[in-house]
Amino acid sequence: MRSIRNTRKYAAVAIVAAVALSLAACGSSGSNSGSSNAKVTLTWWSNANAGPLYSAFQTIMKNYHAAHPNVSFSFVPIQNEDWDTKIQVALQGHKVPDIFFQRGSGYMAAQVKSGELANLAPYVSSWIGEIGTQKQLWENSSGQLYGIPYDLHAVGFWYRKDLFTRAGITSTPTTLPELNADVSKLKASGIAPIAVGSKDQWPDAFFYDYFVVRECSKSTIADAVKADSASASCFTKAGNDLQSFMATNPFQPSFLNTPSQVGAGSSAGLVASGQAAMELQGDWDPSVMQALVPASTWTADTTNLGWFPFPAVPGAAGNGQAVLGGADGNSCSVKAPEPACADFLEYIDSPPAQKLIVGSSLLPANPAASSAVTLGADLQELQYTKTAPYVQEYLDLAYPTNVGNALDAAVANFFAKPSQSPSSIVTAINSAGAQS
Amino acid sequence: MRRFLGSLRRFLHVHRKFFELVVLLGPPLLLFVAFVLVPILISAYYGLFNWTGYGPVSGFQGLHNYKLALANPLFRQSLVHNVIIALLSLVIQLPISIGIALLLNRRMRGASFLRVAVFAPYVVSQATTAVLWLLLLEPEGLDGRGGGLVDVLMKEVGLGSVVHPWLADPTLVLYTMFVVLTWQFIGFGIILLLAGLQGIPHELHEAASIDGASAWQAIRHITLPLLGPTIRIWIFLSMIGSLQVFDLVWIMTLGGPANGSQTMVSYMIFYGFRSQEYGYGSAVAVILFIISFAFAYLYQRFALRRDTEGALTRAVQ
Repeated sequence: MRSIRNTRKYAAVAIVAAVALSLAACGSSGSNSGSSNAKVTLTWWSNANAGPLYSAFQTIMKNYHAAHPNVSFSFVPIQNEDWDTKIQVALQGHKVPDIFFQRGSGYMAAQVKSGELANLAPYVSSWIGEIGTQKQLWENSSGQLYGIPYDLHAVGFWYRKDLFTRAGITSTPTTLPELNADVSKLKASGIAPIAVGSKDQWPDAFFYDYFVVRECSKSTIADAVKADSASASCFTKAGNDLQSFMATNPFQPSFLNTPSQVGAGSSAGLVASGQAAMELQGDWDPSVMQALVPASTWTADTTNLGWFPFPAVPGAAGNGQAVLGGADGNSCSVKAPEPACADFLEYIDSPPAQKLIVGSSLLPANPAASSAVTLGADLQELQYTKTAPYVQEYLDLAYPTNVGNALDAAVANFFAKPSQSPSSIVTAINSAGAQS
Repeated sequence: MRRFLGSLRRFLHVHRKFFELVVLLGPPLLLFVAFVLVPILISAYYGLFNWTGYGPVSGFQGLHNYKLALANPLFRQSLVHNVIIALLSLVIQLPISIGIALLLNRRMRGASFLRVAVFAPYVVSQATTAVLWLLLLEPEGLDGRGGGLVDVLMKEVGLGSVVHPWLADPTLVLYTMFVVLTWQFIGFGIILLLAGLQGIPHELHEAASIDGASAWQAIRHITLPLLGPTIRIWIFLSMIGSLQVFDLVWIMTLGGPANGSQTMVSYMIFYGFRSQEYGYGSAVAVILFIISFAFAYLYQRFALRRDTEGALTRAVQ
């Protein structure tokens, strides 16, 4: 009897020890500090884990170190799919790298709540104007800047000139009725007009986002994002526009389970291989396509590839020329040595570094590096975006993550069942907003 | 020194049982507590908060998340999907498994090859299975080009009219997923049942045939009753597996289209953790745990207990 009781006692001790051990693992480490000339090592976590952007970043670090011998780097590449979990755990555990990849907007605003992100506005005021619209995208209403973009993203239609010609289309559509007419012409020629990667949900949201931009004024969208709601009537109108557009049946067969970027059967693969005529996607699309077709045919494919902006919607009260887009960038931890961290982010946005980033198939945040863009369709997109009235951040990133996810899911749901009321999207956004 | 060793020996002798327990039970207990009990308790705690995962845990709201999840039509729909998969497993997978196991249990040429072949899909990882079936089920283009092996085969044998967008139809996708799940997991059931069949003494079948029992009577009155414990274990594993379906669904459809293949776990990942609603996601995780635990407990208590009381001897009486 006694031995059993003892066993219980020791088991309890063992449990307490196990809990103590697991809690001890959550402890925190020391912090960095430094003046401008002290030797510092900046730890940089990035999702550029392979390919041209990885190489570009390596060169940028090497060049910066050559000019500032006191600053060294420890670069940690992280798989993009692991990124969100990894950085969240780091922020939660107060073990944040000095520099880390940033998606911006609502996503960044949620991270700011951890108290681990440095406001960079005081360090970058002298030069940040150079990157123009990209700065406005990430600056919050109190003028704080918790991350610096290094590139520019813009969404528009990538299309096959050869397939447009085959269907008898002579110029790209500038209004929605023109786009609808082109869709019918392409279908009549047996070509799938628009490829969409509905499995991933976010490509569906591009359509709804664009209808919102066309139906709502810039300030209405900004207010809606601030209030985590979509109550303004123009959001419902955008849903109605989407419903009429869906009624033209513009997508490839079985689009509901088509991925956007993986494999030859993805929406990018379908356009790249000439099985679909166009796709509403971001500036990264050509580089995705390049990976999906044989290297030998890519040069010919690029001459066939064109770009046009999302058409204007006649009678809509919003802006007919505004562009949907975003940016990637970096944030500094509050513990990062300053001004070294902010100074390095400035260097990434300087023309020589920006040209290296353009070399990895991205559009530059700094317009001074535009000359490095070579692909015709990319250049078309960049020039259009530079002169656009404004760039609206993708709505799923502009809203907090839970609201953005609810928006993507609701739009994807609507794509699957377009007969339901378009107000389901508004309802989903509002109820997720009420929860956040 | 000798006295010390002597007293140590006496001490060890008296407390032998205790040392045995510490050495044998300590490490697994530690792991169990650290990686099972503590996470469950922490999840239950997080479930009480409206917390995004950043900053200290805050926004206490009692059982609100639990109520929200149980009232959410999408969560209920996901739960129904799990139940449908569980029922289909019972009604379709189990009879097929028993049938194939009976066939493979007979002496015939290439039996061991067939056993390996049937078991092979189970060895393949779920991720590989998912990618494989994505290719097999690929839809054809607008021009009739392309298409996966399934559609091509169906057209070749004159079943072209049956071809559907298997993974793109919200009403069909769950059943497509069930076919893939069956393909992957049926081998495990068959091997389990084969092992059970091997344990049935030959003498019983001999005695039955001497008594003039038909093959069907022998199966009905000897094989199936004696296979009972194995079948009950299979049902247990299959039900728990059905409640936890995730990998295949996540890779093949991400729960879509229109949540047509959403399961409880994929719902939890999507609307909990990917949406950075850690409080809500934790609440869903705890609900999932309670459902699985309740099923496991009740099943052990009422179905499996018979097997520990010697079902074999009783069934033959």
